[in-house]
Amino acid sequence: MAADPIIQLRGVTKTYGAGATAFQALKGIDLHVEAGDFVAVMGPSGSGKSTAMNILGCLDVPTGGSFRFKGVSVERLDRDQRALLRRRYLGFVFQGFNLLARTSALENVELPLLYRGEDKAKRRELAMAALDKVGLTQWWDHTPAELSGGQQQRVAIARAIVTSPDVLLADEPTGNLDTRTSVEIMELLTGLNRDAGITVLMVTHEPEMAEYARTIVHFRDGLVEKVEQVGAGVPA
Amino acid sequence: MFFTTVILAIREIRRHLLRSFLTVLGIVIGVAAVVTMVTLGQGATAAVTEQISSLGANILQIRPGQGFGRGGGGAQAPDFDMGDVDAIQQQIAGVRAVAPQAQSSALAVRNAANWQTTVAGTTSQFFVAQQWELTDGRIWTPAEEQAGKAVCIIGNTVRQNLFPRTDPVGQRFRVRDVACEVIGTLASRGQGGFQDQDDTVIMPIKAVQRRFTGNRDIRFIMVAVDEAYETSSVQASIEQLLRQRRNIGPGEQDNFNIFDTRQISETLQGTTRILTAVMGAVAAVSLIVGGIGIMNIMLVSVTERTREIGIRLAIGAVAGEVLMQFLVEAVVLACLGGLIGLVLALVATLIMAPLIQVPFLFDPQINLVAFSVSALIGIVFGYFPARRAASLNPIDALRHE
Ligand SMILES: Nc1ncnc2c1ncn2[C@@H]1O[C@H](COP(=O)(O)OP(=O)(O)OP(=O)(O)O)[C@@H](O)[C@H]1O
Ligand SMILES: [Mg+2]
Repeated sequence: MAADPIIQLRGVTKTYGAGATAFQALKGIDLHVEAGDFVAVMGPSGSGKSTAMNILGCLDVPTGGSFRFKGVSVERLDRDQRALLRRRYLGFVFQGFNLLARTSALENVELPLLYRGEDKAKRRELAMAALDKVGLTQWWDHTPAELSGGQQQRVAIARAIVTSPDVLLADEPTGNLDTRTSVEIMELLTGLNRDAGITVLMVTHEPEMAEYARTIVHFRDGLVEKVEQVGAGVPA
Repeated sequence: MFFTTVILAIREIRRHLLRSFLTVLGIVIGVAAVVTMVTLGQGATAAVTEQISSLGANILQIRPGQGFGRGGGGAQAPDFDMGDVDAIQQQIAGVRAVAPQAQSSALAVRNAANWQTTVAGTTSQFFVAQQWELTDGRIWTPAEEQAGKAVCIIGNTVRQNLFPRTDPVGQRFRVRDVACEVIGTLASRGQGGFQDQDDTVIMPIKAVQRRFTGNRDIRFIMVAVDEAYETSSVQASIEQLLRQRRNIGPGEQDNFNIFDTRQISETLQGTTRILTAVMGAVAAVSLIVGGIGIMNIMLVSVTERTREIGIRLAIGAVAGEVLMQFLVEAVVLACLGGLIGLVLALVATLIMAPLIQVPFLFDPQINLVAFSVSALIGIVFGYFPARRAASLNPIDALRHE
């Protein structure tokens, strides 16, 4: 079955500010991502990668152009509808972890389930399973302050995947980590993509990390410069 | 679902104990201050009312001079005499009883016990005017009154000091140099009008005039007004009569004064009420300052909270859910603060009321009002910063510095 691409951008622009200080961070992005793909987004600093990821994650709205997610025009949705879209289909891993302070790993991971209205037992079960997937079972009651950077990032990933999203967006998930930890994280993402069929989009500066992806999208000055197919198999 | 939100709110509060404590501190102090002030103020009002009413209802007090004391009204305002008393009794309509009073302070002695007290000379009308009952014995007869016999009726304080163990009626004791016989004892009235009313020895006025004051002057006349009559019009007729009897020409000022106890009582009650209101207002300001304190803490922690809101929005919370959480948190905090404040106020008033000698009166209304106001302040100041944050784009909230 020739499914629609899960993500489709057409002429997406994003302008920050207005008037004399206005700055166009995206100048017309065309991009489509098939379900089950593993995409690495690369490009120089300031080229608009994070801006694009935020739009893809429905955290921000484009200034112009169209963004269809699973065939739905996101720009037509209101704030709450976008929130529900994030809740149901999207997982987001931020560059700066963004965990709740003074809150245990388990509770952080449970958070998205809370908004899904899962009951306590179910929340605990799913959250522990997610922590298990990222290898943090024994750290479940530690607060972010008691975890290393890599562990915090894995908690963030667990939180992003606990709802079994269709798409996982990760903005420089290995940006602050050493090579060994980075490799662990990449293997984790690859596994999720391969085993759970989660579509992964990941921003990275490091070519070694990009090698884990099947598709590499290069950004430059707010435009997509080129799209490369790499790795063993392009998904059917 | 709502229950879960409350549980989560309490969890958040416990997680940020110091912040929560600082947040509610203002409310705690504000509520405690308002409730303490108003409760004590109301106790003071009640105490004053109680003291005034013990002076007797519908009583006019007539004294020479203007205002308390003997100043004013010419070089020296003369005292009254028995003629004035009889004139009031006979010529003024609406007078229930007229009692003259001549006073002297004197040492009362019985065996080894002695006691400095006030000897008051009056007529049997005194007990009618004051509606003061005897617990034992009798009032002097008209014949004894006429003759100025040294018989006396003693107040409870005198009785306790001179006759601690014996029944005083029929006993004799000395007041200054006068040997007198106790014929009755008065019911206790306690502290009233800022002095101990029970610390008194009452005798026929002639006896006091002859043996203590040494003249026929009357320093003080008490008039009980019939309830069917307007006190003010009775007061006016008495003033008219006394001006005439004291030869005060038209345009000249009175050299005596007539006090309406009810008027005094109303004035005093009004004063304590105003004091209560002023203290309450000062305390209310502290409640508002407490509210501003909450807002400050909220604004200080807004960076942390804004990021938290950003995270919640990013993982799929809709703005309404985040707001509900903050609202419940603010309400729970404010209510906790309010409750602690009420308990503090209760403890403070229970400790302070006896110290400043006012009765402790628990007023549910002020407790309720202070509590509601504190809850409202908490909600307003806790909720509105959160509402601003929740209206941000998730990504802007996350980036907030
Ligand atoms: N909130 C904002 N307001 C104004 N300008 C912004 C804002 N966010 C980003 N920009 C600008 O938009 C451009 C693209 O930013 P973006 O964060 O998307 O870059 P990036 O490709 O992710 O860079 P990096 O690799 O350094 O993270 C930058 O020039 C940046 O200054
Ligand atoms: Mg970036």
